[in-house]
Amino acid sequence: MRDVAIIGVGMSKFGELWDKQLRDIFIEAAIEAINDCKIDLKDIQALFIGNYSAGTWVQQEHLGPLLVDYLGISPKPAMRIESACASSGAAFYIAYMAIASGLYDIVMVGGVEKMTDVPTEDSTTFLASAADREWEAFFGMTFPGLFALMARRHMYQYGTKREQLAMVSVKNHKNGSKNPKAQFQREVTIDEVLNSPIVADPLTLLDCSPISDGAAACILCSSDIAKKYTDTPIYVLGSGQGTDTIALHDREDITIMKSTIEASRKAYSFAHLEPKDIDVAEVHDCFTIAEIIEYEDLGFCKKGEGGKMIENGETEIGGRIPINTSGGLKSKGHPVGATGVAQVCEIVYQLRGEAGKRQVSNAEIGLTHNIGGSGSSCYVHIFGRKKR
Amino acid sequence: MSKPTSPRIWQLAERRYRLIGTKCKNCGKSFISPRKICPNCKSMDLEDILLPRKGKIYSYTIINALPSERENYGPYIMAIVELENGCKLTAEIVDCKIEDLKIGMPVELTFRKIGEESESGIIYYGYKFRPIS
Repeated sequence: MRDVAIIGVGMSKFGELWDKQLRDIFIEAAIEAINDCKIDLKDIQALFIGNYSAGTWVQQEHLGPLLVDYLGISPKPAMRIESACASSGAAFYIAYMAIASGLYDIVMVGGVEKMTDVPTEDSTTFLASAADREWEAFFGMTFPGLFALMARRHMYQYGTKREQLAMVSVKNHKNGSKNPKAQFQREVTIDEVLNSPIVADPLTLLDCSPISDGAAACILCSSDIAKKYTDTPIYVLGSGQGTDTIALHDREDITIMKSTIEASRKAYSFAHLEPKDIDVAEVHDCFTIAEIIEYEDLGFCKKGEGGKMIENGETEIGGRIPINTSGGLKSKGHPVGATGVAQVCEIVYQLRGEAGKRQVSNAEIGLTHNIGGSGSSCYVHIFGRKKR
Repeated sequence: MSKPTSPRIWQLAERRYRLIGTKCKNCGKSFISPRKICPNCKSMDLEDILLPRKGKIYSYTIINALPSERENYGPYIMAIVELENGCKLTAEIVDCKIEDLKIGMPVELTFRKIGEESESGIIYYGYKFRPIS
């Protein structure tokens, strides 16, 4: 296997992009990534695009050829990859393999979702398809509902407090207020989180990531040619994937995501690193409880101590391990298929020292963690300023 | 919004009406969904069984943000119910006051309408659970 580097990254603004179409948003991110490393378009050999459900949201399937056409490099290979909210985490995994294997030397990997062209109730229904349609959604279960079940059980088993969940939102909004591309660039208080409308008890609106439009793109290449394009390549040190049951009720313990444990252990082992070596991480905070469970399953703290970790400020910028410096899904926005690659963009900015007001000092090693469904799929990637 | 119609409802109707699940003859675990391979012990020796009609609440939530097919219905209670044989499933809890809900609360099967295809389409049914009085 060859070492792989990231040479260019780009993102659209995340938010309610009423005046733009899916293809416009993606190309905006792609052009930013191209300009970032000043690569000649004709050097890009293939496109891998993560997307959850453009067919239901904007009635457009077949995104591979559509977007490679608009990128101007058709008839080069292009494919769309789906893994619910981990779609572009999955696309990144495939793009990484494609270069590591020697199949290609330079590829673009992107993610895009356009979610705000339909009413919220329809989006709620579409998102529920990432759960088990016949044995969960059929009976009325929604996506926030699944995470609410996890939250209540976590509170029951470990004494996690409602306020500790709210602190995740407060932290991520604080970070998002420093990110010009974030959907919400304002801070919130614990009281505002607790008193916002209930979505699925005990989770309120401010415990939930928003419905968003957005896209992100990265350009990957074989590490031996990376310096041709940039002085600051960021290397992929580890990569891992894992799964858990599709229906939450089939798990022995719903406060654990086996997919995260599997994916992260593989990525750590691949990189010859441990959780304590990570300087900065972007984790999948689709709901506040998810971030708390992930602290535990990624090995940043012991099982059941995620609530204490947020309360102690360990994951703030300046803390022991800053998490979701971009604002996370909560504040930056969660255009589901774009999220995995957008997380990679933030880690690249951090490791290059380009994260502006939200910069973590001396960040050498970063991690991204992207889940699909109720943690039914998971992709973890570890990045560094230096090669392994 | 269009979606798959009657055949998909028929395919699982009997299982949902009678609470038929799958049991692994090798390791004894049971599942609400039909399966040919046991995810626990990998045995392919499984059988359909009638699942227990009583259980307890493992975790619950009250859904306030409603999906499109239930836009005029709610808020409603959803739970993971752990049946007496350890099999877990997702179901609505009915005939229950929100203030009485708690993890561990005993519940029993009740047969109810789940929804309908459209105004002119079939009505579909299935299981819900209610507190044991």
